[in-house]
Amino acid sequence: MDSSRFRAFSSGDAVTCRGVGKTWAAGTARAHEALRDIDLDIAPGEFVVLLGPSGCGKSTLLYLVAGLEAQTGGVIASFGDPVEKPSPDRSLIFQETSLFPWLTVWQNVSFGLSIRGAPEAERRAVATEALARVGLSAAMDKRPDELSGGMRQRVAVARALAMRPKVLLMDEPFAALDVQTRAKMQDFLLDVWRDSGASVLFVTHHIDEAVALADRVVVFTARPGRIKSILPISLPRPRDPFSPEAEALRRQLTAELKAEVDRAFAEQEALSAA
Amino acid sequence: MASDIAGAVGGAAAGPTAAPRRLPPRWQDALARLGWTAASIGLFVGIWELCWATGLSDPKLLPPPHIFLADIPDQARFFNTATRWQIGINPADGPSPYEAVFITIGATSMRVFVGLAIAAVLSVTIGVLIRYFQLLERLTLPTITLLSPVSPIAWLPIAIFIFGIGNAPAIFMVVVALFFHMTLSTISQIDAVNRNYINVARTMGATKRQIYARVIIPAILPQLLLVLRLNMFGAWMVVLVAETTGVGFGLGQVLSMARNTFNPSLVFFCIALIGVLGFLTDLILRMVQNRILYWVPQTAGVLRGL
Repeated sequence: MDSSRFRAFSSGDAVTCRGVGKTWAAGTARAHEALRDIDLDIAPGEFVVLLGPSGCGKSTLLYLVAGLEAQTGGVIASFGDPVEKPSPDRSLIFQETSLFPWLTVWQNVSFGLSIRGAPEAERRAVATEALARVGLSAAMDKRPDELSGGMRQRVAVARALAMRPKVLLMDEPFAALDVQTRAKMQDFLLDVWRDSGASVLFVTHHIDEAVALADRVVVFTARPGRIKSILPISLPRPRDPFSPEAEALRRQLTAELKAEVDRAFAEQEALSAA
Repeated sequence: MASDIAGAVGGAAAGPTAAPRRLPPRWQDALARLGWTAASIGLFVGIWELCWATGLSDPKLLPPPHIFLADIPDQARFFNTATRWQIGINPADGPSPYEAVFITIGATSMRVFVGLAIAAVLSVTIGVLIRYFQLLERLTLPTITLLSPVSPIAWLPIAIFIFGIGNAPAIFMVVVALFFHMTLSTISQIDAVNRNYINVARTMGATKRQIYARVIIPAILPQLLLVLRLNMFGAWMVVLVAETTGVGFGLGQVLSMARNTFNPSLVFFCIALIGVLGFLTDLILRMVQNRILYWVPQTAGVLRGL
């Protein structure tokens, strides 16, 4: 593929999406459109949150950016290069546990290096450093099922960091955690993000989470997912969730989302009536 | 429940002096399991003996355990492994009846294990290759699915046509009875691997070969061992049919002789032997499973808590 086309739009951006669409099972009777006409630029080191009702295609966009699925329309580029397949530069962190239960914690963290055939001494060194960054040095030789949900997600973050990614893609990574743990994990993620200098593309349906984390919040419409609005948040971190500014942002995002959720419900009812 | 608590409290109160007299917990567990096994068999035997004692079952047709077990010294002589049919060999030569029982068991077990090992290696290899190479899937999977429901009985003449008599047709029967199901189940195991595992490996730049070797095969290993255990029972079943082909000696051959000579005691003796052998081999496989799959969480306890 000729990559010079992409230089036209800022090759310095961590992720560039132009007119991206995705239709599942295209050309069949079961075809359904998940995403339509997404234009989005993410600057290096930027923290962008994708917010939308369930099933709006925000996770789909993450998979497209990761290169795990191919878009059916438009172009996606990362640092000026078209995204055609997965790359260690773009690490994906999943909602559910994705640690390999047959490996110890440090072996999980250094899995990417072992794929490249790195010697054990190097793998151990990288795993030690990555686990220290997430505060789990003591868990090196434990197995994933011996850890709590929050610890497992920290190991997953360490595994992603061990690849030194330029873009961290996170698919509702804290959705399965309780509220207190989630708040701790958000603080932890902000520390890790600041240290790593990577861009973060973070999917959630929690308004609180979006307000706590994002430089910019991208609000999605209900299916097919389109960008409804983009809301920059310039509040300094750490953010006080009870400040009037945060309150106002939550109010605004709640109003934007409510319209979409109402529309999605109306569509579902129309479908079940038909 | 109350007695549990009392026991725990009593144990704590007795202090360190009482502790050394207790068996280690592993032995306590093993003893408890052994006790329950004995109780389970005892219950079954008890009902059978009760039927005999009340005259409900005819001891000539359904001899209860105390009769057919007492009959063993008499029945053991039917396990004749001497090669009497060969010219120049004295029919009186050869192993004693009890030795012959062990030789027979050994011969049958060998056929089970060799057949199971060949079937397992073959079906896992082919199952993985079928998912790996689409061309192979298109060429072989329809045939494998087509042959899968064919009963081992139908393969019996073919086994003889191809391999004549001896060990080879019996082992072939075990292999052919297990191979198709094990291949299909390997394929469905591969399809059931958590997508996240595969996607994680893909984002880290793993090649297709690395994904198979480092993710898919470890992920399906627990299910494969379970399939192997279940098919081990299948192997014990089919080996009896296979041994009617004229294998020289084997439990299947003894059983078919018992049927032809109307000897219920011998039938039940063989059934008891097979039950014990199957139980022991399952125990061994379970121990192997626990050793290899130390990382699989034990979930049986959760169900017991319901």
